[in-house]
Amino acid sequence: MKEMTLEAKRENLHQVFDFVTGELSKIVSDKKIIRQVKLCVEEIFLNISSYAYQPDTGPAKITVEVEGDDGPVRIVISFSDKGHPFDPLSVGDPDTESDLDERQIGGLGIFLVKTTMDGVNYEYKDGQNILTVEKTLQFS
Amino acid sequence: MDIKETSEGGIIILKVSGEIDGSNVLDFEHTLKHAAERTDRLVLDLENLEYVSSAGLRAFLIIQKEMKKEDHTMTIKHVNEEVMGIFMVTGFVKLLNIEED
Repeated sequence: MKEMTLEAKRENLHQVFDFVTGELSKIVSDKKIIRQVKLCVEEIFLNISSYAYQPDTGPAKITVEVEGDDGPVRIVISFSDKGHPFDPLSVGDPDTESDLDERQIGGLGIFLVKTTMDGVNYEYKDGQNILTVEKTLQFS
Repeated sequence: MDIKETSEGGIIILKVSGEIDGSNVLDFEHTLKHAAERTDRLVLDLENLEYVSSAGLRAFLIIQKEMKKEDHTMTIKHVNEEVMGIFMVTGFVKLLNIEED
């Protein structure tokens, strides 16, 4: 497992991308999968950057685990922050059926995370928000 | 991200390539707005767009709403399979005018 801690702010997004995709590329070669995981990483990291420590900023810790030397590859990524307790899974899904005039702009990020990954789990523990996502691939 | 502009008889075509993410979305939105102010028919060619996150989707939605208010049109062309997957799962296929190839 590899981990990185950095200040949760938008300007650091690409540093997070480089860290996560660097770890993934050691085992996963499918660029489409890498982009899907990257999407989740962006949505979660920017949520933390925008809201967790509002109006201040603070640290986010990201861990990446890619396992599966033989058989299916399992990717587990977790995000921890010490900001305001908030369960992003408590937010309702956006109404994807609504038309242009009614369509609300929020709620898309975590919805994309839920639809892209196999599992998303939230816990508040020791003063930290911990969001863990995972995905299992049959082929890498 | 790279955006190339061409125009054809009053239509402005923006060819967007690369990735739209939270770090460059403001440039994307600004470029679209600037083009939208100069035409009533905007075309976005997304053939080489490889990645879009919710930040990018918001920008599409904002411009689409603004153009519709003026009775102008924004047409999206050549969407690749991956980006189309995101437009579909989020219901954006209903919100945007996406031309089928």
